[in-house]
Amino acid sequence: MNIANLVAEKGSAIVPMPLQIKAGHLLYKAKRKAGIYKEFPEFVETTVPDVSTLAIDDIDVSNPFLFKQNRWESYFKRLRDERPVHFQKNSLFGPFWSITRYEDIMFVDKHHELFSSEPFIVIGAVPKELSLEMFIAMDPPKHDVQRQAVQGVVAPKNLKEMEGLIRSRTQEVLDSLPLDKPFDWVEKVSVELTARMLATLLDFPYEKRQKLVYWSDLAGGGAATTGGSNDTDELFRGMADMAKHFSQLWREKEAKTAAGESGGFDLISLLQSNDATKDLIDKPMEFLGNLALLIVGGNDTTRNSMSGGVLALNQFPDEFTKLKNDPSLIPNMVSEIIRWQTPLAHMRRIAKEDVELNGQTIKKGDKVVMWYASGNRDERAIDQPDQFIIDRKGARNHLSFGFGVHRCMGNRLAELQLRILWEELLARFGNIEVIAEPEHVQSNFVKGYSKMMVKLAAK
Amino acid sequence: MASITFIEHDGTEHAVEIEPGKSLMQTAIDNGVPGIDADCGGECACGTCHVIVEGKWISTTGSASEDELQMLDLTPERDDNSRLACQINTSEAMDGMVARLPEFQM
Repeated sequence: MNIANLVAEKGSAIVPMPLQIKAGHLLYKAKRKAGIYKEFPEFVETTVPDVSTLAIDDIDVSNPFLFKQNRWESYFKRLRDERPVHFQKNSLFGPFWSITRYEDIMFVDKHHELFSSEPFIVIGAVPKELSLEMFIAMDPPKHDVQRQAVQGVVAPKNLKEMEGLIRSRTQEVLDSLPLDKPFDWVEKVSVELTARMLATLLDFPYEKRQKLVYWSDLAGGGAATTGGSNDTDELFRGMADMAKHFSQLWREKEAKTAAGESGGFDLISLLQSNDATKDLIDKPMEFLGNLALLIVGGNDTTRNSMSGGVLALNQFPDEFTKLKNDPSLIPNMVSEIIRWQTPLAHMRRIAKEDVELNGQTIKKGDKVVMWYASGNRDERAIDQPDQFIIDRKGARNHLSFGFGVHRCMGNRLAELQLRILWEELLARFGNIEVIAEPEHVQSNFVKGYSKMMVKLAAK
Repeated sequence: MASITFIEHDGTEHAVEIEPGKSLMQTAIDNGVPGIDADCGGECACGTCHVIVEGKWISTTGSASEDELQMLDLTPERDDNSRLACQINTSEAMDGMVARLPEFQM
């Protein structure tokens, strides 16, 4: 057991949660000073070379500039064609296997008894002092118990209750947008809408909703974990602040319930009304882990699908016309957007035993990365995979939500948010024109946009 | 004809012909029965072809594997007679079987 967990379990009754994170931070700093932890090198951007100039063994798809410079398609196509199960032995994140074909990814994702999700699900490592306990990074049976406790918040029954609220909040945002004037779609629409959604799900103070975005971006954007630009110290500070706000929120809800108010349909109310989780706050790492998982899961993913859909329709203008002529295609288009964008590029596993896959032997203990972004463009499984086709047959059969026991819990919420967004967009605007090349996020995990300038035309 | 009846959550019935050997999921999809998503295409890996088999018919469908039970655990509308339709191989012996669809697939 690591120290942070020990402190958490033994001391949680007396030590406030944010202080526990701070204590972990001090320990982390001390270990770094003592040389136990190496400083993770900062990524310096260089031009990503043409993949045809590289030897197959030298291809390193963990390079976080592959997506940033939008060079990823040719890299993964070469791996799929020449070495679908590929070993990179020298990456900054250590040696790892890449699984790039649809069918092989399905195999790895389904076989949790062969491939463990522990200790974490992105390519890099998190320091032990910050190892929040999230069920996405747990194997059955522990995973199943924890997931069941929280999945009600995004279950379709609960979503039905929330649809009206999601729609009115979407309408507010869209009604505030300027016509015929350039603005950043990422900032004004994608980030704003997902922040509102997260605040709604958590019943988090609405005026502080940008904090949720900030924490989530921190948690998903570490240099050592995903090749992002955040350093670990910043991450510790952010998590301490998150701990403070979430424990406060928990206590306020508790007090309201004690005073006789009836509970809402938000996550914390649901946790407090479930016997398995009503004392979750006494297990800080689990408490924070579950909340962090929900905000990360509901942040970058939907945000980048909201931007990706607009970009796709600009790159495939005939599809935009098709959509305007037949808005009933929206639900199918939503699945196609999620495939085409694949907002989370990968999930990582560790082999629990030696496994033969597509002619290669993955050894017990090896790191295995399933590249959903590649599998969703696999010509062997998907017809014309680089084309964006809003009435594609079998559009739901994409990998973006993962398969097996870790399949995305919020998939229905994501689809609902995107469907509402496009219904409301089509009702208001005649065109959404992307007027400059978008800027892509630096990461090997989050496949998305940091800026996308657009101009709206009236209907 | 030997047939199976799917009943949607709102009560709409769909009687479809059994083609022995075809999965119950594929039988529903091929006959345009709404309410089954089958996101993974029959790999027992998504849980979106959840059906509730009526009464005594559950024994005719055979028993669920551990993988299937694990996927069923993820659905909030789970019932004692819950099955994933992609894991049921249809046969003439299922003539008259009734499978109810949940309100939502998840």
